[in-house]
Amino acid sequence: MIQTVLNSIPTPSFEYALLSPILIMFFAACLGVLVEAFVSIEKRRFAHLIIVFTSLLFAFFAVALQSGPNGRALVANGTVALDGPGWILQGTILLVATLSALLFAESKVDPLGDAFASRASTLPGGEEEKTVTKLGWTQTEIWPLFLFSICGMLLFVTANDLLVLFVALEVMSLPLYLLAGLARRRRLLSQEASLKYFILGALASAILLFGSALTYAYTGSLEFGQISNGISSANNSPGLLTAAIALVAVGMLFKVGAVPFHQWVPDVYMGSPTPVTSFMAGAVKVAAFGGLLRVFYVAFGALVWDWRPLIWVVAGLTMVVGSVIALAQSDFKRMLAYSSISNGGFILVGFSATNRPAIAAVLIYLIAYAFATVGAFALLTLIREQAGESSTLIRWKGLGKKSPLVAALMSLFMLSFAGIPLTSGFTAKFGVFTAAISGGATALVLVGVLASVIAAVFYVRVIILMFFSDPIPDGPFVVVPSVFTTIAITSSALVTIILGLFPQLIIDLISSASVFLR
Amino acid sequence: MNFPWLLIILLIPLIASVLLFIPKKYVIFKDQQIALYSSLITLLFVIVVALQFDTSSNAATQFDISFDWIPVFGISFHLGLTGISLVLIALTAVLTPIVILATEHEGQKKNREFLMWILLIEASALAVFLARDLFLFYVVFEAMLVPIFFLVGRFGGPRKNAAALKFILFGLAGGLVMLAALIWLYFAAATQLGRGTFSISALSNELNLDIWTERWLFLGFFFAFALKAPMVPGHTWLPDTAEQATPGTSTMLIGILDKVGTYGMLAILLPIFPNASKEFAPAIIGFAVFGVIYGALIAIAQKDMKRTFAYISISHFGFIVMGIFSFTSIGMIGSTIYMVAHGLSTAGLFLTAGYLIRQKDNSLIQNFGGLTKAAPVMTGLFLVAGLASIALPGMAGFVAEFMVLTGTFQVYKIPAIIATLAIVLAAIYMLWLYQRVFTGNENKDSKNIVDLNKKQILILSPIVVLTVLFGFYPTPIIKIAETSIANTMTYVGVTDPQPIIEKVVSK
Repeated sequence: MIQTVLNSIPTPSFEYALLSPILIMFFAACLGVLVEAFVSIEKRRFAHLIIVFTSLLFAFFAVALQSGPNGRALVANGTVALDGPGWILQGTILLVATLSALLFAESKVDPLGDAFASRASTLPGGEEEKTVTKLGWTQTEIWPLFLFSICGMLLFVTANDLLVLFVALEVMSLPLYLLAGLARRRRLLSQEASLKYFILGALASAILLFGSALTYAYTGSLEFGQISNGISSANNSPGLLTAAIALVAVGMLFKVGAVPFHQWVPDVYMGSPTPVTSFMAGAVKVAAFGGLLRVFYVAFGALVWDWRPLIWVVAGLTMVVGSVIALAQSDFKRMLAYSSISNGGFILVGFSATNRPAIAAVLIYLIAYAFATVGAFALLTLIREQAGESSTLIRWKGLGKKSPLVAALMSLFMLSFAGIPLTSGFTAKFGVFTAAISGGATALVLVGVLASVIAAVFYVRVIILMFFSDPIPDGPFVVVPSVFTTIAITSSALVTIILGLFPQLIIDLISSASVFLR
Repeated sequence: MNFPWLLIILLIPLIASVLLFIPKKYVIFKDQQIALYSSLITLLFVIVVALQFDTSSNAATQFDISFDWIPVFGISFHLGLTGISLVLIALTAVLTPIVILATEHEGQKKNREFLMWILLIEASALAVFLARDLFLFYVVFEAMLVPIFFLVGRFGGPRKNAAALKFILFGLAGGLVMLAALIWLYFAAATQLGRGTFSISALSNELNLDIWTERWLFLGFFFAFALKAPMVPGHTWLPDTAEQATPGTSTMLIGILDKVGTYGMLAILLPIFPNASKEFAPAIIGFAVFGVIYGALIAIAQKDMKRTFAYISISHFGFIVMGIFSFTSIGMIGSTIYMVAHGLSTAGLFLTAGYLIRQKDNSLIQNFGGLTKAAPVMTGLFLVAGLASIALPGMAGFVAEFMVLTGTFQVYKIPAIIATLAIVLAAIYMLWLYQRVFTGNENKDSKNIVDLNKKQILILSPIVVLTVLFGFYPTPIIKIAETSIANTMTYVGVTDPQPIIEKVVSK
C-alpha cells in the first residue's frame, strides 16, 4: 500500500546547475548566519563582505554561463522557468544588487560608521544607543538578510508556480521589512517605515495568496502553464476567475507600487536607510516587475483582453498621480519615491502591450531605471549635514559650486529620468512607447507624454537648485566616499550614458531573449 | 564612402567642447583660442563644402554619410546636405565665431563653461540641420535643449531660473508630442513599406499614409515645430527666455536654434506629410498672419529691449511660416532667405545692444536716452541692424519679406495684404525704440557710456556686410536653395500658380 503511494509520487528532478544562481545565494546567506554565530565581532564585517561579493560574483557568472539558448528550461518539476527573460532578470538583479551592496558596505561617508543602526534593539536617542555607537559596533546581520532577499528575488522572477511565487515573495520581502527599520539616523522614522511596510506588505501577500487559492479553485493547478490551459478549457463560473485575477493583480501591483496601491512607497523609501532604499528602488523593483510580467503573460495570458483595460487605467493613473504628487515634494528621497511610482507607470505602459517587443521594452526600462536610481541614491549618501544626509531639496542650493562633479552626475541621472535623448532614460522611454503603440495603446502614450512633461519639472528643478542658485550659508557639504560608493556611482553613470548612446548593445542582448517558456 | 566632410564639420565643435570640459591643466590651449579657432575651422570647412556643392544636381542630398546606429529600428546616423541645410549650416558657422568674439565678457569667471555650451549649441545645430534620419533629427532636437537650459540658468539675469525652467518645459512638451508621432510614423511606415525606417528620404519618397493618420502625425510634428519656431500662441517662453538670457545666448537661440522649427516645417513636414500640409495650410497661414501682426503690436508695447527683440522675432517667424505654407517657390525661397536675414539681424540687434546693456547691467528702455553723442558708432550700427530687421530695401530682410509676401499673395490675397501692415508696425517699433534709446534728451549717465572700440566694430562688421550683400545680391542663397525647394514642391505635388494675363483689347 505505502509502496504504491510512494511510487505514484514522481521523484523530483532537480537541475542543480541551472538553479545554481539561486542556490549560491542561498548557501551564501546561510553561511552569513553561521558567520554571525561563530566569527568574532571584529572580523564579522570583513567575513561578510567577502561572502557577499564572492557569492554575487559567482551567481552572476552562473547566470552568464548558462543563459545561452541551451540553458532555457522548465526545471524543478516545472515550478521554475529559466527562460530568456528569467535569466536577464536574474542577471540584472545581481548586478543592481551588487551596486546596492557597495552602498551597504560604505562606512566612510558617515563619521559614525555605516548607514545602519549600531544596535537595532537600543532605544532611539537613549543612553545605550550612544554607548554602542561610541564603541563602533555595527549591525552585521544586515548581510545575511540582504542575501536572503536576493535569493528570494532570483526565485521570484523565475517562479512558474503560484506557490513558489508566494514563497519567493516572502523570502524576498521579510528581510526587507527588517532592513527598512535599521537606519542609523532618524531611527523613529525608519522604524515607522518598517512597521508600515510590514503591515501593508503582509496584507498584500495575503491577498496574493487568496488570489492564488481562487486560481487553483478555478483551474485546478498552481503551475502557470497549467493555469493557462485550465483557463481556456474550464467551464466554471467566470466570476471566480475574475476574482482570482483581481486579487493576484492587487498583490502584485502592490509590490511594484502602482497607483492606487502606492501609499507605502514614499514613507518606506524615505524612512529606510538610503542603501536599502536604493536596493528597493533598484533590485526589488526589477524583481517585482519581473514577477508581474511572468504571471500575467504566462498564467493569465489567455485573458489578456480582460485584464488589459485594467492595466491601461492603472498605468495612466500611476504615471499621472506619481508625477503630480512628486511636484509637491520638498524632500529628495520622497521625490525619488514618487518618481519611482511614476516610472512604474511607464513600465506598465510597455507591459500593457503584451507582445514580444513589450517584454524587451519592459526589461530595458527596468535596467535603465534601476541603474540610474541606484546612482541617484548613492549620490544622496554623499550630500550630508551634521545630522546625516541632507535630503531637503531647498538646502541643495548652489551644490554645483561646492562639488561640480557630484552635482553634474546627479544632473545626469535627473536628465535620464526626464528622458532626455542620449541618456538611458530616453532609450527606455522610447522602448515602452514603441511597444505601447505597436500594442494599440496610442492614447496611453499621450498620457505618458503629458506625465513626462510634468515629471520633467521636478527633475529639472533639482538641476536648477544645484547649478543655478547661490549656495545658502551652513548648507550641506559633500563628502568623499570610499572606493565602494565610488564604484557604484561610476558604474551607474556609465550604464546611463552607454545605454543612451549605443542602445543597440542591450537591444541585441534582450530581444534575443524575450520569450517566456510556458 | 566619400570623404566625410559633414562628419568633420560636426566633430570640430564637438571635440572643442570636450576640450573645454576636461580639466584645464590637461589642455595646452587657452579657452578662448579653442573656441574661436574651432569655430573658424568649422566655418572654413563649411565654405569648402559650399564651394563643392553642386547646384545643378537634382539629387535630394549630397555629401551623404551614413552608419548604422540602432539597426533593429532601422535607425542610422545619416548626414546629408540639401540646399536648405547648406544655407542654415552656413548661417550657424558664420554666427558662432561672431558670438564667441562678441561675448568675451558674458561668461565672466565661468567663461570656459560658457564657451563649452556655445560650441555644443553649434554642434547640435549643425547636426540637426544635417540629419537625414528622422530619429537622429529628433534626438538632437531634444538634446539641444540642454545647452541653452544651462546657458540661461548659469549666466542669465535675476529671474533666470524660472526662465530656464519654462524654456526646457516648452521644449520637452513639443518634443515628447513629436516623439509619440515619430513612433506612430515608424509603425505606419513599417506596415506600409514592409521595413521599419526613419530615413527622411525614404519616408518622403515612398510613404503614402491614409489621410487620418497623416493628419494626426502632421499635427504632432507641427506642434513641436510651432513651439520651437515659436508661433503665437505657443510663443510665451521666448520673451521670458530672451529677457533673462545673455545677448550671446539669445543670438544662438533665436538666431540659429529657433530656425530648427521653420527648417523642420520645410524639410520634414512638407515632404513627409504633403496632403495634410495642404489641408492645414490655410489655418496655419491664418495663425502665421496673426503672429506677424500680434508680435509686431506687442513689440511696440515692450519696456525691455531684449523682450522687444523677442517679439520682433515672433513677428518675423510668422512671415517665415507664411512663406513656407504658401506653397509657391518664391514664397519658400523667400522664407529661406528670411531665415538667414533674420539670423543676421537678430545677431546684430542682440550683440550691439549687448555691448550697451552690459555697461548698465540693465536692458530697460527707459534707462537709456540720447546716446548719439556718447556712442555714435554704436548708434549707427544699431540703426543698421534695426533697419535690416524691419526690411529696409537694400538689406537682406527686404528681399526676403518681399518674396514671402509676393509668394503668399499669389495664393492667399487677403492674408498677404494684412501681413503687409506689419511693415508699418515694424517702422513704429524699431524707430520708436531707436528714438528712445539713442536720441532725445541725454540721460544723466549717458555720458558714461563708452562707444564701441575698433575691435568690436570689426567683430560686428561681417553681419552688416553680409546683410547688405544679400540685400543687393541674394542670388547665392537662391541658387543653393532652389533645387531643394523644387524637390519639396514636387513632394507636396504643387506647382507655382501661373500668372493670369488678361487680354487687353485695344480700342
